[in-house]
Formats: sequence, C-alpha cells, structure tokens
Amino acid sequence: MKSDIKLFENGKRLDGRKPDELREIKIEVGVLHRAEGSCYLEWGGNKVLVAVYGPREAVPRHTQNPLRAIVNARYNMAAFSVDDRKRPGPDRRSREISKVTSEALEHVILTEKYPRAAIDVNIEVLEAEAGTRCAGLTAAAVALVDAGIPMKDIPVACAAGKIDGQVVLDLGKEEDNFGQADLPIAIAPRTGEVLLLQMDGHLTNDEFNQALDLAIKGCKDVSEIQKKAIKQKYEKEAGGN
Amino acid sequence: MSITASIKRDFLEKLAKENKRADERKFDEFRDIEIEVGLISKAEGSAKVKIGNTQVIAGIKMDVGEPYPDTPNSGVMTTAAELIPMASPNFEAGPPREDAIELARVVDRGIRESEIIDVEKLCISPEEKVWIVFIDIHVIDYDGNLFDAASLAALAALMTTTVPAKRFEVGEDHPLPIKEPPISCTSIKFNDAIIMDPSLDEELIAEARLTVATDTEGNIRAMQKGLNGSFTVDEIKKVIKASVDNGKKIREKLYKSVGK
Repeated sequence: MKSDIKLFENGKRLDGRKPDELREIKIEVGVLHRAEGSCYLEWGGNKVLVAVYGPREAVPRHTQNPLRAIVNARYNMAAFSVDDRKRPGPDRRSREISKVTSEALEHVILTEKYPRAAIDVNIEVLEAEAGTRCAGLTAAAVALVDAGIPMKDIPVACAAGKIDGQVVLDLGKEEDNFGQADLPIAIAPRTGEVLLLQMDGHLTNDEFNQALDLAIKGCKDVSEIQKKAIKQKYEKEAGGN
Repeated sequence: MSITASIKRDFLEKLAKENKRADERKFDEFRDIEIEVGLISKAEGSAKVKIGNTQVIAGIKMDVGEPYPDTPNSGVMTTAAELIPMASPNFEAGPPREDAIELARVVDRGIRESEIIDVEKLCISPEEKVWIVFIDIHVIDYDGNLFDAASLAALAALMTTTVPAKRFEVGEDHPLPIKEPPISCTSIKFNDAIIMDPSLDEELIAEARLTVATDTEGNIRAMQKGLNGSFTVDEIKKVIKASVDNGKKIREKLYKSVGK
C-alpha cells in the first residue's frame, strides 16, 4: 500500500518529530462523578478515559483470593474510536491487553492489604491512534492514585520502535502500520522494574538495547507529566478551601 | 430495599411534601446541561452531553452497504448503547442487558419515527448501495436520566455529522441531511410528586416514569412510559406541558452548541 512512503528523512519523522520526541500528552485527574478515581488522557490522537472502582468485595466469590485483592483491568474500545466502526464488546485483542495491563498494575498495588477484594480499572478508548495500551496503562495509574489505592509506585508506559531502520520513540499511526518494529513497555519509574513488555517486528540486539533505553527514557518523561497532573488537582483542591 | 435506600426514600418523600428537592431544584427544573460536539475526530460526528453529573458520549460512524429489500431506496440506521462498568459501580461488563437495550431502543425510536434523518437522501444507488448510520452511545458517568442525556447526545452528534463520501469514493463529503429534532424530557413520579430530570437517587425511588419528546410546534413526537407505577390523565397532561416548556429551552441550547 503506502510502503513507499518515507517514514524517516533528514532526521525528521512524518509528523516532524525528532527520533526521541514524544507526541503531545495531556492528563486530567478526577473527571468523573461516580467513579472512585478517574483520569482523562490525550496522547497524540489517542483519547482515553479511565475509571477505578474498589477495593470492593470480589464477585463472583470464586474469583476471590483469601490473601490479597485481585486487579481487573478492562480495556474497551468505543465503536466510534477507529476509522471502520468496531463491533462493541471484547475481542481477543482487547482481552489480551486487559490481561497484561492487570498484571502490570497488580505488581505495584499493595494488594495484600485487601484480601478477597477486587479493584476494577475500566479503560475506555474513545479515540485510537497507535499506542492505546500505553496510553491506557498510563491513565489507569493516575486514576488509581485518584482513587487512593495504595501503590509502591506510579507505573507508566511508553513505546519505542523502528522505522526505516531508525530507532524512534512513541510510534505514530503510520509508523505503527508501516514501521519495522514496535516495543511497548511499562515500568515502575522509581525502581526501573519492567512491568509490561511486548514486541513485534524485527530488531537486532543492538537496536533492541537502543529501543529499550529510549522507551525507558520516554516512560520517565511521561511519569513527570503524570505527577504534575496529580499535583495540580490536589493543589487546586487545597487552594479552593 | 437496602437500609440506606429506604432512608433516602424517606428523606426525598419528606422533602417532596414541602415542594423541595435534595438539590434545591423546582419540580419541573432540569439540571445544568452542557453540550460539546466534535470531540472524536475519528467519528463522522460526536457529542458529549452532561446533565448534572450524568455524562454520555455519542459517536456516529457511517458505512456503505446494501438496503433492506423492503426499503430499497432508504439508508439504514442502527442504535446501540453500552452501559459500561465505568459509569456506575453497579454496571457490569458483558453483552447489553435489558436496561441498555431499552435505552438504545427509546433513543432509536425518537430518531427514526421523528424522521429527523432523511433516509431517502441516504440512498446511493437503489437496491444496491445505501449509507448505514451507526449511532453508538457510551454512558460514562451515571447520575440519573440517561434517556434524555443519550437522546440529546445522539441528536447533537447527528447534527454535526459529515457524510464521508470521499472515503468511500461516492462523491464529495457533505453534512448529514437533518430535519428539526424533537427533544425528549423525562419525568418520574413517587408518592404523588412528579419531578422532571430525576437524579439517580430520585430515579431509584421512582414508581413510574414518562418520557415525552416534543417538536418545535409543541407537538408530541414520541412517548415511553416505564416502571410499574401509574399516571392519571391529568398528570400526563401536566407532564406534557412541562416537557414542551423544557424542550424549548433545551432545543435552543442544542442549536447554539451545534452552531445552527
């Protein structure tokens, strides 16, 4: 199709970004009334909304763990979030993303404080443009903070990849479709632990190391944006009193 | 009924006897309404409606497909609603249940029967190709009165929809042909009090519910009664009058929001 398009030329990408430049990110905390914690995040063309409920009794009861809470992340794409309407409801892709996201969040949440409970993290993708799982996890982390769920760290996600032989940060839509590799990761920024890692495409060992370094750097930058958004909300609340 | 629910019921009934509501509204007064359009650029049309703390997003997607054999010259529209677990601690994931289906059908009927979409203008070539309009309603924050919020969001989204003719190579992009929209207003009754635009707490103790959609001339275009309680004829007339009055104000706000 468009494989003859140059994704990387003269040190610039299609959208004019440098190889190590993120798309624009905007985070708003506490945007929903019913949810215990919520977050709205825009990341380039992605728009993601997350609501957190819990800890509350896990149902059905056979899902309960007597020693700790279970974390149910549910990644869902709105029918109107993509060019061709997506049929509503979960599919294999969204189930997989839900699973790896739940597992990543579970690592930082102090689940042992809430035996038999469930913490529900609802991730709604309102508009999708490459990198929704990273956007979803990043927003979920902020919503968990907003819900007051105790965590060891505020997890954060970002992807790196390869286009036209060049390792770049945070793939855009064309870069995702026609690039050579995609490496989304999530880390706990305080310790540097890797909580989520997926990769598809083709990377040499050197390129992988380069991409991983770049993705970790990206995560750390996004982490600062998360913290700023959280602080802003509570400063506003404190200032209002 | 749980203990908290029956305490709330006593409280709201006591207030109603003094002609008061918990949020200090008048009986026939809506909460603040906010309408934002064009927030989803991937959709052909989109809108977010807030009524008080209730928030609903509607998105329109269009596709080219075959007409139904009995209406070979008409486009097709379908409406789906999702009560996603994000919106309330009591909503569960999974296929739509009867609440979501009733919501989608009431919104669908309001749009279909009032013929605000000119389906015959959605025919590309008779018996072969017509436009299919998908209306998807996403409830993201549930604090009562989803019917009105969802209908209003669907209308605002439709009124700002661009038919993506270029993408499907059937001509130039153009606005979706839309006629005057009817506005739906929902009232509930408990303990002989009738109040409009119920909040969640009020909705939970409702004995009967009545949704009335009215047009610019004040004519009635669609109605739906719900729940196991009943209305007297006088009560129904009163509800219709209040719906016409509120419908006028909401229509003005809708036109302003979509730039018409």
